[in-house]
Amino acid sequence: MIPELGHFALILALAMALVLAIMPMIGSLSNTPSWVALARPLAWGQFTFLLIAFACLVNAFLVNDFSVTYVAQHGNTRLPNIYKISAVWGAHEGSLLLWAFILSGWTLAVALFARQLPDVMIGRVLAVMGMISIGFLSFMLFTSNPFARTFPVPLEGGDLNPLLQDFGLAIHPPMLYMGYVGLSVAFSFAIAALVGGKLDISWARWSRPWTTVAWVFLTIGITLGSWWAYYELGWGGWWFWDPVENASFMPWLAATALIHSLAVTEKRGAFKRWTVLLSLLAFSLSLLGTFLVRSGVLTSVHSFAADPARGLFILIFLCIVIGGSLVLYAWRAPNVTSGGEFSALSRESLLLGNNLLLIMITAFILLGTLAPLIYDAFGWGKISVGFPWFNTMFVIFTPFLVLLMGLGPLTRWKQQDAADLVRQFRIALLASLGAGLLAALPLLHEGSVYAGLAVMLSVWLTTTLLLSLRKRLRHRQGFGAFLKDIRARGGGSYYGMLLAHFGVAVFTIGVTFVTLFDVEKDVRMAPGETLELAGYTFRFDGVEKIQGPNYRADRGTLHVSRHGQDVAVLKPEKRTYLVQTRPMTEAGIDAGFFRDIYVSLGEALDAGSWSLRLYYKPLVRWIWLGGILIAIGGLLAAFDRRYRLAVRRDVAATAAPPGDALATEGPA
Amino acid sequence: MTPKRRNRVILIVLVLAGVGVAVGFALKAFNENLMFFYQPSQVIAGEAPAGRLIRVGGLVTNGSVERQPDGLTVQFAITDNVDTITVQYTGILPDLFREGQGIIARGRLGDDRLFIAEEVLAKHDENYMPPEVADALKASQEAGAGTGNAQ
Amino acid sequence: MSRKLRYLVPLAVFLLLAGLLFRGLSLDPKLVPSPLIGKPMPAFTLPRLQDPDATISDADLRGEVFLLNIWATWCTACRAEHDVLLQLARTGKVKLYGLNYQDQRPDAQRWLRQLGNPYVANAFDADGRTGIDWGVYGAPETFVIDRDGIIRHKHIGPLTVEVVNRDILPLIETLKSGRS
Repeated sequence: MIPELGHFALILALAMALVLAIMPMIGSLSNTPSWVALARPLAWGQFTFLLIAFACLVNAFLVNDFSVTYVAQHGNTRLPNIYKISAVWGAHEGSLLLWAFILSGWTLAVALFARQLPDVMIGRVLAVMGMISIGFLSFMLFTSNPFARTFPVPLEGGDLNPLLQDFGLAIHPPMLYMGYVGLSVAFSFAIAALVGGKLDISWARWSRPWTTVAWVFLTIGITLGSWWAYYELGWGGWWFWDPVENASFMPWLAATALIHSLAVTEKRGAFKRWTVLLSLLAFSLSLLGTFLVRSGVLTSVHSFAADPARGLFILIFLCIVIGGSLVLYAWRAPNVTSGGEFSALSRESLLLGNNLLLIMITAFILLGTLAPLIYDAFGWGKISVGFPWFNTMFVIFTPFLVLLMGLGPLTRWKQQDAADLVRQFRIALLASLGAGLLAALPLLHEGSVYAGLAVMLSVWLTTTLLLSLRKRLRHRQGFGAFLKDIRARGGGSYYGMLLAHFGVAVFTIGVTFVTLFDVEKDVRMAPGETLELAGYTFRFDGVEKIQGPNYRADRGTLHVSRHGQDVAVLKPEKRTYLVQTRPMTEAGIDAGFFRDIYVSLGEALDAGSWSLRLYYKPLVRWIWLGGILIAIGGLLAAFDRRYRLAVRRDVAATAAPPGDALATEGPA
Repeated sequence: MTPKRRNRVILIVLVLAGVGVAVGFALKAFNENLMFFYQPSQVIAGEAPAGRLIRVGGLVTNGSVERQPDGLTVQFAITDNVDTITVQYTGILPDLFREGQGIIARGRLGDDRLFIAEEVLAKHDENYMPPEVADALKASQEAGAGTGNAQ
Repeated sequence: MSRKLRYLVPLAVFLLLAGLLFRGLSLDPKLVPSPLIGKPMPAFTLPRLQDPDATISDADLRGEVFLLNIWATWCTACRAEHDVLLQLARTGKVKLYGLNYQDQRPDAQRWLRQLGNPYVANAFDADGRTGIDWGVYGAPETFVIDRDGIIRHKHIGPLTVEVVNRDILPLIETLKSGRS
């Protein structure tokens, strides 16, 4: 009965979405306020019904209702409760439901928290989100109903993929979807603005905090995914340039470009058309990612079961949403006035450079991701693009990106005197060159050049950020201003920017060092045998059999010591899950701020000896630390008080130049 | 030229130059990192280049997995049901590596047609047959069916 | 004019991409039908799994609609579909034969003892020659054969309840009722 309730709730949610997509939009065009006013209650309704549907599916998993096909395939009585819940989004149908649910959540959030916006604008934004919702709900109802029944009812379920039975992956998809779907808000704002034909700076200001929040979720989602891959796939990699990873990274890059471009549009009124296009692009790339993951045109480590019929549905949906929005863009964009002149050296031009770099990286990742498909489609052979290529892309572009990131905050809007800029950053230049050389010298071997470069870039970024902070505080009466900022919770977007950029510096160091200096060794070890790796001594104490809740495992024990001092006892496992009977490697990790020691169990050889893989990974945690800093920075920026104040001010008296001193430290 | 105009031209030239250089580098690196896929019968027919990074794939032949005394170097044969080649790999095989299942190996072909793998991939999905392998097997099977009819 | 055309560039790029993706969909390896469909099943004579001295051949199977399931104990996905096979056998709607592919006899016998035996009979294809004749490229695979011995359908990968209800059972109904 409850699954039918869920199914019915889905149908009602679709009905709500249909009305939401049509009535407020028509109302806004025909000046019928009563129709526009429907948007908010409909957003409520849609959310409520999807909440019910979602709760029904969670319930089906918790009570082991194997008459529901989806539960029969992915649930199991012996699954721990937390994974019964995460099993809801462990496969195609349920993750779609999660997607639709989150979309309705964002829709409701816009309805609730954007009270200061004009009703017409809100009506249009919600209507566009309703259109997107129609696509996902009908996709679910027509091709992938999570509530479909099965008969005869199996006694036991097929169990959740063991790789997904993990805390990191339980929360990774919701975070990622929050990001993906959150970009639909920026998309909807852009479409609403295009429909209204009014692309002014208040549109950019409305869109900004929403975009930033979505971007924060995307950042967290990607960071979690990378962390999960690191400890759960068992082979110590933290990023594989897998199509599914690329599918999440491309929207992130586009969204990063977007939040910077939105800043320019809001502050200076420039880049309007470009910003709109980026808003469309960022969400389009999210949808494209969905298509790639679910259609089976590309294979990857974690794609869902391929189904061409589903692929076709998403492709048609993709064409309607992206194609439609680009037609609207081609029609409306020529009439947008360009504003905000700027000279060749100005913060605008640097941000333009940053945008170009980010979009180029996105384009190349897209090329690398689709290349196997392109070659196959033209019958040029079966290829794959090696991860060295993707890495090369980063080595080529990132230094320029970081260089600009350092200059940007020191540069004035509109026009910057070159000599003045050089005077400002010369300390940073000296410091970074010095640090880079220092880092490169003692390591005179392969890779030292890159290590030096990475240190140089990070020091450059950090010192320029400090210089920018000093300049800002000096203009505002010193350190007292900092305390005042904190007390008034103001300047969030400025401090957020500092923190996020600093996160990039940390990330760069982490990536470079773990890539260059990690030590990896495949060994065969007999019980009692010891081995040296990177200054650590590993003693293998054999393997024992253990029994988990829904798996059996061989668990090895390794004592790690350094200079005779015990460091850690690692217990890597080789698990065999009872239902899906597949082996899984569970690594033994000793985590540390400066290094990780990582051991995974290979296979049993003769006489109690095993093959093992040992790793020493310097600074690997800095990668995710960087990600966390970037996300926190984004949050600070998104919740800057001035958005709330400014939106109110906009509504009172529209479109005065921002004149906002908080985020721009430069003197007028 | 007015200063404004000059500014704009400088900006555009800078941007175009930067984009051009970047695209050039990227495409060059792209060509160097393309890995073509070959099936065992293509390798036997001499179509696969020796010494270049390529990928081969097929079913692991039953009973072909042999471990060297050091315990880490493994030799096994892969087949597309037409021809069979030998692959050598040092290291830990993936969890899902099995005789009879489809795998993909990335590495280089030696002179004696021994394939030295740097990496062996089996998918993290029990339903998985690497699509290249599936296609290759289908192609060789169709070819086999064709000759069968002709005889 | 050219100014306006400029704004059509993103749309053009997208349309190219969409065309490519559409082409990609039709390239899906699972969509390409097996060349054996519509052809008579390949002939074979193999020892039986449960009784090495007796043989089973294609002639023994001919005469009614049946399923041939290719399986092996080394194949994890076969384990996943085994319960589905048991359910299907229990319905009594169709006879299910097995081709035990590149396997060890004791392992396969133990498998059937422990998990239950959905098959009417099993052919034991130790060296996989018969499997190659049938175009098997990975276990499990399941063929639907009509009463004239023509292969009507092939499912690659594990059978699920969904696949059985959507593809296999309806086809069997038509084949059984059809006079062809």
